[in-house]
Amino acid sequence: MTRRRGKLDLDPVTVRKARSLARKAGRPIVKIAQQHTTVSVERATLRLAGLGGADAEGTPWVNRLLDAVRADVGLEHGAALPVWDALVRGEAEDLVTLAQKASAGSVRFRLPEGRDAQRARTASSRSVGAGIKQVDRRRVERERLIKRHGDAPRTPWIYLIVATGDIYEDIPQAQAAAREGADVIAVIRSTGQSLLDFVPEGATREGFAGTYATQENFRLMRAALDESSKELGRYVRLTNYASGLCMPEIAALAGLERLDMMLNDSMYGILFRDINPIRTFVDQRFSRQVHARAGIIINTGEDNYLTTADAVEAAHTVTTSQLLNEYFAKEAGLEDWQLGLGHAFEIDPAVPESFRLELAHALLARELFPNAPLKWMPPTRHMTGDVFRGYLLDGFFNLVGAMTGQGILLVGMMTEAVVTPWLSDRDLALQNVRYVQDATGGLHEDFHPAPDGLIATRARQVLGETIDLLDRIAAEGLLDAIADGTFGLMRRPADAGKGLEGVAKKADGYFNPATEILEAR
Amino acid sequence: MSTIVRPYGDTTGDGMVQLSFTLPISSDSWAEAKRAEGAAQQLANKMGMDPALVVHAKPMGEGFTFFVVYGRVNHLVDVDKVEVVERDYPLMTPKEVNASIKRGLRRRLVVLGACIGTDAHTVGIDAILNIKGFAGEKGLEYYREIKVVNLGAQVSVPHLVDRAVAERADAVLVSQVVTQRDAHLLNTREMSAAFGEAFPADRRPLLVVGGPRFDEAMAGELGVDRIFGRGTTPGEVASFLAHRLAS
Repeated sequence: MTRRRGKLDLDPVTVRKARSLARKAGRPIVKIAQQHTTVSVERATLRLAGLGGADAEGTPWVNRLLDAVRADVGLEHGAALPVWDALVRGEAEDLVTLAQKASAGSVRFRLPEGRDAQRARTASSRSVGAGIKQVDRRRVERERLIKRHGDAPRTPWIYLIVATGDIYEDIPQAQAAAREGADVIAVIRSTGQSLLDFVPEGATREGFAGTYATQENFRLMRAALDESSKELGRYVRLTNYASGLCMPEIAALAGLERLDMMLNDSMYGILFRDINPIRTFVDQRFSRQVHARAGIIINTGEDNYLTTADAVEAAHTVTTSQLLNEYFAKEAGLEDWQLGLGHAFEIDPAVPESFRLELAHALLARELFPNAPLKWMPPTRHMTGDVFRGYLLDGFFNLVGAMTGQGILLVGMMTEAVVTPWLSDRDLALQNVRYVQDATGGLHEDFHPAPDGLIATRARQVLGETIDLLDRIAAEGLLDAIADGTFGLMRRPADAGKGLEGVAKKADGYFNPATEILEAR
Repeated sequence: MSTIVRPYGDTTGDGMVQLSFTLPISSDSWAEAKRAEGAAQQLANKMGMDPALVVHAKPMGEGFTFFVVYGRVNHLVDVDKVEVVERDYPLMTPKEVNASIKRGLRRRLVVLGACIGTDAHTVGIDAILNIKGFAGEKGLEYYREIKVVNLGAQVSVPHLVDRAVAERADAVLVSQVVTQRDAHLLNTREMSAAFGEAFPADRRPLLVVGGPRFDEAMAGELGVDRIFGRGTTPGEVASFLAHRLAS
């Protein structure tokens, strides 16, 4: 008698092949990422060294300083050498003063050589190292608080979104959501933020369909949820978005302010925000190195492909992207428990057997990534405004989550595509989740699809298509595949897109103390 | 002569409707619960529901109660008084649209599509443009005589104008799905103003906006040529474009 391998009887040779193809497709990208730097990577480094704040117009000092450095000596050597050389030379007593002088034009930067370079290297490593130590302390603090208050009572963790645009409105809403049962609070960003090439400063009260990600907003919300954690006797996690043009900086701020999860996809910005592919891959690698260090769980964005492409036809693109995201994440130092790989319940309910197909796809993800806390996303595309039907769909979505052991469940709202969720929508949605969890919490133990049934067959078919696609990508190159519209039907060439002007090929002697420290482990 | 109707529950003319809402009052104690139900009933009565039956009341969060109310309204609906933006173009099949463009333009009709402003929801524009389409109708990419350039989400207005010039667009389609504080109206006005500045009036591409929150009658006020509301199909948009640009 042969033993069944997991619930889907996936062939381990095939699974290994999928991973090795993902590695083959991803490795050239990692090489490109290692050869380039970006304005945001350099600004993140300055932020880790403690440079915050903004000028009277709201332009952050990191932007002011880096722009001045770039104008004098270019970006290709990194910011650390010219900046700390200026400090060592006594141009200013600290980074903020240096940034102020630089933006007034009263400092000239140069590329130090020999002994001067060595001094700048040492000084910058000390400053940036202090920031990374702070990130380490935050991680220890999280572990201590989880021990003290207790963790989320069960999986999947219940993930709820707040999105008022005003941090002072978000706080009571987030606390209320935590009280109602949310294990994870995500503060949606103002949707325009991904295309800003700076991180706004301070507490903000104006945003569209979301609230700006700023260091102060992070701090305020984390403090509020620390209160809630204490009150509720369980640690409530906080999520934001390390995406868009400032991905590395936001990752650094998240580490410094003890955010717990960050949305961080390897290709989302390219496909859905038309951000330059090279910029994205460079920024993504750095941000993931920071997340790895900070003990932050990343959430990838595969669910988004299914909002533009058909969820049945494109199922294998989700699996492909999950494998690529896994490769890039591991390469950057993240561990399995930090990989909230995304997928979604987006099959057209009019498709016959749509529920079984959803089960097949969700179980495939579960079996392929047994140690990752998968992020399970609710239906959006086929939410029509018929809130009653939407409520039923959300119930089926919750059921798939319970039957396939998903790690993080974003709570679906029946008013998706109608309004931003009302108080009652959220309460009804949580009742839906709780009913399904209480009624079917252990169902995954009993759920073993027949080896030759539709679910297992479909899962193996999707894996097969994934291998074909990965084979093609590995042969033609991931950048070309992205340019061809392989993912989410979006065509994004490597020499176009937003933020390209902020990318530079590293020169010989490029130095970044943050990268040195983060890669030393 | 007019057509008068009432809402229909299970009998013609019964006027039955359902309603759900939340009031910022708590209903934790028995007395509070009674008062909350009374308050819900009062609101329903004031909205014209009589009798109003509060069938469900549940505390939600701190200091809020959610209600479901069923009841009878005595309002009459005069169907003939409903104003609809008449379809001022004939509905054509894809074949007819292609033929009419071929005949009228003698070249492919260029359509530029985008979500402008901060809206990241491309579901509207994709439903109209992507080959896959919507409601069983194929999107504009399916039409042989239409060249579609879909710029996707979060396109800035200046970028949209530049691309319209570069692509020599005959029509610009913009969708706005998620909106707060009337952002969809602000964005649309900004767009129509920018196109007005960039093009002489007779050379400006046809401006079409769509989205569930628009009022179809506001086209003139917003400075665009047409607004399409919820449920618009690709065939309607294609027919409109062919009618206005190629006939």
